[in-house]
Amino acid sequence: MDFEFTKEQKDIAKAAREFALGEFVEKAEEFDREESFDDSIMKRAAELGFLGIFLDERYGGAGLGVFEQCILQEEFAAVDLGMSVATLTPVFGSEIIQKFGTEEQKLRYLPSLTSGDAIMGCALTEPDAGSDLASAAATAVREGDELVINGSKIFITNGTRADFLICFVVTDPDNPGKHRRHSIVIVETDRPGFEANKLRGKLGIRASDTAEISFNNVRVPRSNIVGEQGNGFAEAMYLFNLNRIAIAAQGVGLARAALEESIKHVKKRMAFGAPLAAYQAIQFKIADIFTLMQAGRNMVYDAAWRIDQGRIDHRLVAAAKAFCGQMAVKCADMALQMHGGYGYLAEYRVQRIYRDAKIIEIYEGTTEIEKIIVAKSLLA
Amino acid sequence: MNIIVCVKNVPFTQEVDLVLDASKQDVKKDNLVYVINEWDNYAIEEAIRIKEETGGHVTAVTLGKEADEEVLRRCLAMGADEAIRVERGDLNPDASMIAAILSAVVKTIPHDIILTGVQSDDLNNGITGSLIAERLGLVHAAVVNSLKISEGKAQISIELEGGQDEMSQVTLPALFAIQTGINEPRYVSIMGIRKASKKEIKVIDASGLGLPGEDLQPSLIMEEMFMPPETEGAEMLQGDAGSLADQIIRIIREKGVSL
Ligand SMILES: Cc1cc2nc3c(=O)[nH]c(=O)nc-3n(C[C@H](O)[C@H](O)[C@H](O)COP(=O)(O)OP(=O)(O)OC[C@H]3O[C@@H](n4cnc5c(N)ncnc54)[C@H](O)[C@@H]3O)c2cc1C
Repeated sequence: MDFEFTKEQKDIAKAAREFALGEFVEKAEEFDREESFDDSIMKRAAELGFLGIFLDERYGGAGLGVFEQCILQEEFAAVDLGMSVATLTPVFGSEIIQKFGTEEQKLRYLPSLTSGDAIMGCALTEPDAGSDLASAAATAVREGDELVINGSKIFITNGTRADFLICFVVTDPDNPGKHRRHSIVIVETDRPGFEANKLRGKLGIRASDTAEISFNNVRVPRSNIVGEQGNGFAEAMYLFNLNRIAIAAQGVGLARAALEESIKHVKKRMAFGAPLAAYQAIQFKIADIFTLMQAGRNMVYDAAWRIDQGRIDHRLVAAAKAFCGQMAVKCADMALQMHGGYGYLAEYRVQRIYRDAKIIEIYEGTTEIEKIIVAKSLLA
Repeated sequence: MNIIVCVKNVPFTQEVDLVLDASKQDVKKDNLVYVINEWDNYAIEEAIRIKEETGGHVTAVTLGKEADEEVLRRCLAMGADEAIRVERGDLNPDASMIAAILSAVVKTIPHDIILTGVQSDDLNNGITGSLIAERLGLVHAAVVNSLKISEGKAQISIELEGGQDEMSQVTLPALFAIQTGINEPRYVSIMGIRKASKKEIKVIDASGLGLPGEDLQPSLIMEEMFMPPETEGAEMLQGDAGSLADQIIRIIREKGVSL
């Protein structure tokens, strides 16, 4: 067992931090306030090879693993989560195309993602089907060589900026197995009948685009099905395993940001004739944030390393995601508390960290859903 | 065009509260993160730009420990062709020793241009570049903020005091100490990192360079490092905007800035 990064991983972490510090810091507050983003930042990240680091070199990726993706996620999130999500999610879902797609689909869609020329998204959640993904009801009905899609999706990251989405739709309603009724289908967003509306007023990650989507007789060729028809649920679960751990890494990054902000503040802020850092109640919070962050990070590294070894431990992935979500929220809360009234103001970065943290507990499976997965596996 | 760039890994000290160590000869460095010296980052970028424009070969050299190789990997990732680390062993070199060692190494490598940073962020001596050039008998210029190469000559601009620049033409080979802001250093790319990880870093032992003993003796003896005493608090100015502006201008003049 070796707990050191390889030299290459160290260099990646450093390069990612430098990029995020150079590109995110100045804009983070504005993009958070305005709920906007500048895609040229994402394009620059793509040119530097940060997008789809886990994709094959054949498709413009770096041929690295989930572990390296987690390093990027932590480093970017430690600077600003909203901008990190906006920068890194244009390839969200490409894992499914690489794993289950035909060679033709891979060559058609993946290189333009890694080069930053195209943006994708992943449309699973519906207004009436969130945690219970298998009850998703949008349909794709076969007509000749085409599929006709109807229904709606909600909370779709990149919904209004994407060039195409992979959509989780019912293709086999009569299949007796509820996990064999759906397929993953690529839908280009310029097809007639596709509509996306940006959802405004999010609590956090406001630089990231989130949209509701409706399909009104949207026609796509049948060849847009990714993988086997009816295999959509398994494909979505495959994606969750890879992405959940990356989301957990975002939580570690946020905790690190919370720690950095807190240390700076408590050393400077005077109360009762001494800096806050002199008081043990404050010191314990600092120690707790560090401890929780490091515990989460170790879970992330462990789970991500196993994925790259080809031994996915879905229980560990779910446990890491549940832990890191709650951990990030708790660390952000302690950090804000140490800032007192100043932390309540938008001009203090800790306020944004506090608002951003909650999403780690919600997307890619809520904390409760992750715990259900862990418990099911233990009690089986 | 053969270009050698001398680079240094230094602790990142912005927004860090430095604390002296028990020896009072240095600051505590255990918790500090190391980065490429800011000036050197501009120097390596400048070298790679020259190479990209006119062709050539860029070698990055550092005097340091194995952990300092990260600064060389960074240079390789940015586009340098070759990297050399001079192992410093137990030496704790001052600027004159660094210059003696680096010039002994650089002498053995073909070079048209040698670049260093104006100064390093840790000790701020600001003389290493000039000392190397003097040892090699090279033409040199410091605080270079523009550099154009054509037909064996360099058009340079040197930053003087009071916002003035001095333009000169220099016949190569020459050494230039590069000022920040001369260019916009590129980010390190994942492709660059992957390429760099496949390149070998050459290691040379400083003690094996055949330097005379006096070259490996410090010429500067540090007696004690201490924190500057805390100065008096701020002066609060009173008055309307016009009179405030007058007062500020008077203070700036008094402090020696020519407006
Ligand atoms: C900013 C943002 C971005 C998103 N991006 C995407 C995206 O790109 N693509 C996409 O498809 N989706 C996306 N989502 C959707 C996200 O994955 C869902 O919000 C999440 O899965 C929860 O579903 P829900 O909102 O319907 O909550 P619900 O499923 O209604 O859950 C509500 C609460 O009930 C709990 N709960 C549900 N079932 C149980 C149970 N059996 N036992 C105990 N508790 C339970 C949940 O844990 C939760 O606390 C995004 C969401 C947000 C907020």
